Amino acid sequence: MGQTLTQKILSQKAGKPVKTGEVVEIGVDFTLTHDVTGPIAVSEFNRMGAGLVWDRDRVALVLDHATPSKDIQAAEACRKLRRFAAEQGISRVYDEGQGVEHVLLPESRWLRPGSVLFGADSHTVTAGACALFATGVGSTDLAAIWALGTTWIRVPAQMRLNFTGEMPRWLSGKDLILYVLRLIGTNGAHYQSMEFTGPVISRLDMDQRFTLCNMSVEAGAKNGIVPADEVTAAFFGVSPEELKELVSDEDATYEQWLEVDVSGMPPQVAVPSSPGNVKDVTELGDIQVDRVFIGSCTNGRLGDLEAAAEVLRGKRIARGVVALVLPGSTEVFREALKRGLVDTFLEAGVTVGPPSCGPCYGGHLGVAGPGEVVVSTSNRNFRGRMGHADALVYLASPAVAAASAVTGRISSPEEVI
Amino acid sequence: MRVRSRVVCVGDDVDTDAIIPGKYLGSQEPAFLALHVLEGLSGRFPGDLSNVAILCAGENFGCGSSREHAALALRAAGIRCVIAASFARIFFRNAINTGLLAVELKEVSRLSEGDDVEVDIEYGKVVNHSTGEVFSIPQYAGTVRDIVAAGGLVEYVRRRTGR
Repeated sequence: MGQTLTQKILSQKAGKPVKTGEVVEIGVDFTLTHDVTGPIAVSEFNRMGAGLVWDRDRVALVLDHATPSKDIQAAEACRKLRRFAAEQGISRVYDEGQGVEHVLLPESRWLRPGSVLFGADSHTVTAGACALFATGVGSTDLAAIWALGTTWIRVPAQMRLNFTGEMPRWLSGKDLILYVLRLIGTNGAHYQSMEFTGPVISRLDMDQRFTLCNMSVEAGAKNGIVPADEVTAAFFGVSPEELKELVSDEDATYEQWLEVDVSGMPPQVAVPSSPGNVKDVTELGDIQVDRVFIGSCTNGRLGDLEAAAEVLRGKRIARGVVALVLPGSTEVFREALKRGLVDTFLEAGVTVGPPSCGPCYGGHLGVAGPGEVVVSTSNRNFRGRMGHADALVYLASPAVAAASAVTGRISSPEEVI
Repeated sequence: MRVRSRVVCVGDDVDTDAIIPGKYLGSQEPAFLALHVLEGLSGRFPGDLSNVAILCAGENFGCGSSREHAALALRAAGIRCVIAASFARIFFRNAINTGLLAVELKEVSRLSEGDDVEVDIEYGKVVNHSTGEVFSIPQYAGTVRDIVAAGGLVEYVRRRTGR
């Protein structure tokens, strides 16, 4: 019987063909942690008495959350991770302000198609866009992987999401995943593997694919994955022939199969306070906006900034709106400078800051106050997520966020172009 | 392993920001985190958790971030077991790993706020002493059983590596 790509990767790492629902022990190729989950992982690792990590070249430490250090505690957390890296001989340390882990690590090409990544961050699923198995765990689980080089996993049921039709002008990967959340809800892919396929996905660039996989966790999924194709191969600079095994077999079976026709789909917006509470932007009516955030591991890539800049070019944001762009990495920032995107933002009255996860989790850099309305390109709009419990967060694509900054109310890009 | 206590009940989709808001993540101190546990949910917490060892919840408990602070905060607030209709997967692992029991019970709605409830892991049952109802729960299997038996993942790894 055929296997899906996820089943193939897990079978290879388990050393036997895996079956849905069984618990297997698998080898892990790559791990990541950051300045919020990392310090606990270090403490628990030391309590395990393991001495050295199983493979120091397979550990990445990314100081991206409460950074550039927002307070003394944050500075101490970062120092703890730097010290750990020095003790362990870990060289893959991305220091404060260099970028958001789920943007940086794929961009560095460190992760490889067909591999297994475990990260102490729920959005580790993002990397599944590179035709690899990537999932999030907590700090102690990560510490155990550092000690053992392996972990246990229940083989997930398989869900296939097949996208067909013509992508409308302003539609993006963000809209597609929001639409999926609208269809299946925040528990709709509970413990499952979400595989994204179809002619629409084939035409999506890597930036859009990362966004798609990034929010699979918002549907409760264990992993999101896009099988390898020409786009994947070009991203890694290899021939498609080299990756030809990293697809699902034709006769693979799926517990769930969803067909989505994207033709004529309006931009999607998740309204407070659940990522599954999704509506067409055109249904929203008049919602005044206080803050706009463009960035995060969901939408902090070059393609995202280009889409926002396209909407903002030659315009000013509305009076009273605070708009912030945080490029996802130094590389994205440099490229955005080179292409004039940063000029476009600054001319429009948008603030451009360093790469950071800060605003997305209500940590720092534009925390929302009581009653404030935020349009954010990030991934969660739970009550209190971006600051005060009474702030209202709307999740949208970079184009919708930019259009909303211009009009001062939640808007479709078509309204301002 | 048995836990018996009066229960406090919360609803579906209680996310990790509700369990411990992001602004407190600079701390890893369990006692500090306990002061703010479930603060994101409403004004009743953490006060309502005094002398409570079992928290009941609906579907998808602990959805959202991977922050282990959520399990640590509950544990430090005196919660020893969460009974939920279902758990988000990272929270489930974090709970088991840090010695917080996570018990899936589809009939969790039959447990009401204030009921006297007992969870028995060995015998795979949940008893509602207030109503006399008994529910069976699946026993932990494989690695999960071994981690629970060890009292958490740190001890499990120590045993496995002979340290």
